This record gives sequence, C-alpha cells and structure tokens, in this order.
Amino acid sequence: MSNRDKYLSTVDVKWKDITPGGTIYEAGNAKEFKTGDWRSQKPIWIEEKCKQCSLCPPVCPDSSIPVNGDGKREEFDYDHCKGCGVCAKVCPFDAIDFVNEG
Amino acid sequence: MAIRDRLSGNEVVAIAMKQINPDVVAAFPITPSTEIPQYFSQFVSNGVVNTEFVPVESEHSAMSACIGAEAAGARTMTATSSNGMSLMWEMLYIASAMKLPIVMSLVNRAVSGPLNIHNDHSDSMGARDSGWIQIYGENNQEAYDNVIQAIRIAEHKDVLLPVMNCYDGFITSHAVENVELIEDEKVKTFVGEYNPEDYLLNTANPIAMGPLDMPAFQFEHKRQQAESMKDAKKVILEVAEDFYKLTGRKYGLFEEYMMEDAEVAVVVLNSTAGTAKFVINKLREQGIKAGLVKIRVYRPFPVEEIINALSKCKAVAVMDKADSLNAAGGPVFTDITSAFYGKISGVKVINYIYGLGGRDVKTNDIEKVFNDLLELKDGKEMPVYNYLGVRE
Repeated sequence: MSNRDKYLSTVDVKWKDITPGGTIYEAGNAKEFKTGDWRSQKPIWIEEKCKQCSLCPPVCPDSSIPVNGDGKREEFDYDHCKGCGVCAKVCPFDAIDFVNEG
Repeated sequence: MAIRDRLSGNEVVAIAMKQINPDVVAAFPITPSTEIPQYFSQFVSNGVVNTEFVPVESEHSAMSACIGAEAAGARTMTATSSNGMSLMWEMLYIASAMKLPIVMSLVNRAVSGPLNIHNDHSDSMGARDSGWIQIYGENNQEAYDNVIQAIRIAEHKDVLLPVMNCYDGFITSHAVENVELIEDEKVKTFVGEYNPEDYLLNTANPIAMGPLDMPAFQFEHKRQQAESMKDAKKVILEVAEDFYKLTGRKYGLFEEYMMEDAEVAVVVLNSTAGTAKFVINKLREQGIKAGLVKIRVYRPFPVEEIINALSKCKAVAVMDKADSLNAAGGPVFTDITSAFYGKISGVKVINYIYGLGGRDVKTNDIEKVFNDLLELKDGKEMPVYNYLGVRE
C-alpha cells in the first residue's frame, strides 16, 4: 500500500501511490505550497530609501522577507507573502509602500 | 494447556490486554466499560505490565492520547461505551484516516437520550462509517478471542486501521462465564512485536503525520482507506486461521448456525445469538428448518459471503439493536437488503428493531420472529420495518 519513494507533491498522484494517511516524509515542504495568490494588497520595497535596519524581516509572519549572508534584506518572496502589511507598518523610513494588487 | 477460568466479559478483556502488554493505554471510565481500565490500572500498579497508563480527563482526550501514542510508534489500546465514544467522535475519524492501528473495546450501550446505561448497539452502529473495523462477539470467550486477534488485524501492513472489539454491555461485560484463556507466552507470540514502518519517534527518519489535506489530495486518501477496508477481509480470515491453529476455536466473517437447509433465518449480532440458538434448537425438534447468521465482522461488511449464506432461505429477519430513525429500517437491515440488490431475488427480508435501551430479549421474542417468518414464507403480507418487544 505505502509508497515512500513517490513523494506526494503533484496533483497527478494516484490514490495507490499517495503516501499512507497523508504522512509527509520530507521536511521543509511548506515552501512548495504557494500562498501568494491569497493577497489582495502587496508591499513594495523601495530599495533607495531602505537603511537595512532589519526591523521588517522578523515581523513577517510568513518569512517572506529573505535575509542574505551579509544580514541584508532582499526582494520580497511574493510566492508566499500574503499581503498583511505588517512590514510596511513597522518601517520607520517609508521604504515599504503598500498598494492594491491588480 | 489452556487455562479454564470463570470471568466476566470486562475482566477477560482486561486479562487479554495484560497478556498483550501494550505500550500505552489511555482511557476514561464509563459504564459498562469502566472495569476494563479499572482492572488494567491494577495490573499497571502491580507491575505485571510495562504499559504507560494515561488516566485522561475525557474520552475526547482518551482517543487523542491514543492517536498521539500510536503515531509515536506505541502499541495502543483503550475501551469505552456509548456516550464516551460519542465524545471521541471527532478523533475516531482522525484515527482511521491517519491509519493508526489502535484497538478499542467498545462495550455496547445505548447512546443517550433518553439517558440509559443498558445495552443496545446505537453506539457502534453510529460509528459504522467512521473507518474503524468492527468485530462483534457473542460471549465472554469471543470478546477475549476477538481482542487478541484485533491486534494482528489492525497492525497488518495491508490494513493499518483501528479496530473496535464490540460486545454487549452488562449481558456480556458483567456476566461471569467459563472461559478458556491462552497462556501468556502464547498470546505474546501470537500478537508479536509491534514494529511500525512509520512513526514519529523515529529520529532516523523524521516525518509529519496528519497534516492538512486539501481538495487535491483528501479524496485519494479516503479512497486508500476504502481499499484497506476491503483488504482487511482477507487479513481477518488469515488471522482467524492462525488463531484456530493456536486454540482450536474457529472464527470467520460471520457464524452460520443450522443454515445448511434453513428455510427461515434470523440475522443478529452479539449476545442475542445465544438466545436465538436456543430457540432454533427447539424449533428444529419440531421439524422447523430454522437457522441463524451471526455477524462477527460488520466493518468491512461481508457483502457477497453473507448473501450466499442467506440465498437458500425463503424468509429472513434482520434484527437491529439500534434504530436508524430514518423511516426505512435499521442499519444492518439496510446493509443486507442492499447486498441482495441485483444478486438474488425471491428471499423475503424483513427487519425488527429490538432490545433498545436494554429491553430484555427473551426466547419467546425470538419465537415470535420465527412464527412471523413462517407466515411470511407461506405468503402472508407483512410490513418490512417492525418493532419487537415494544408496548404497542
């Protein structure tokens, strides 16, 4: 019954091949679930105004503000950002605009 | 050499659990199943089992703890009755969907209301679509034998479903009968070690169990559950065969009593079978070809097998100790008549709702059913949906 080699990741998986009871055999797979299209508004990063103060990455509930090896933030991960606007609110330098999707 | 003893149904099930020595038992007391965790907690206190006993604060927590323990990789057992299982409801479906081989003794009792602590089958019948295997036992011996077999059935790799070991509250749970126990060592060998393939405490292979299952996948998982239920039929018979080799006691999907040439037959579950056998013996002395089908395995439902067993009868009464309140008939009746559909015609099948809320089922009640069947066989018109033993 069980099939641990065929990883449950595509909508084509047939019932005979799907993992038993929905068990997930690999860690860190939440990134494969794209939630970006839930958004009705989105943050825009204005890089020239940004002072790299690091206030926005830790407040993002979806870890959608990537931080590189130098400790600097990069462009939003729009595949997972749900558009909550917390980052725009926390920014002291108006470096994050918050606009309607569309 | 098997051990002869005199024990109540709950006592003998608790002893079976002692012999199985599961890793975890999480339970909450409710009449008439209370004695199972009561006896078992004594075994724990006396150190005769290695089980982690979790005295939870409700049945919802009992089943939740069982799910957590079983997912962690522990062989897990519990017991409940009636409203206790009602409180487990949410978790029953999660246990089966997560494919966790939990074994629960369900001591059948009427579900409130009106409030009642006595025997009928409204509790287990309500859970017939929950994805649990349901095995029913007529007496103390069968309750003991079934719970031991349940471990092997549940944990089989082609099944991996939870099993309910059902037997009648008070009638079986509290009555003391002669039973034949199997030696501890033999039970231990029969059930074997529990080595699940996937479990949460396996640090070598970390997994997530029971995650959100969206429309793209949930249907496939339900289909998989349905297949496990179909496969369970074969496994139940294989385990019964091994059990027969161990004890000499034969079990199938159901028991046929005097069915070879039966013209009229009743279909029952649990303790009523004993009463019916007594009546059938008397009728046979009078030359009446009466028989009985006692369903042992209700989930999975033995569709083809049961129809074959009943196909030569002229009239059959399906007796339900639970009413579906659907203006049509009881649960066993609707399952049996659907099984007949398109396969066999000419067998008249009627339904009796009986024994609700612990109403006594006497030999003259069963005699009345057979008398009705004889008239039905001879062409008398009868309603399909009948009540037996209610004051009209």
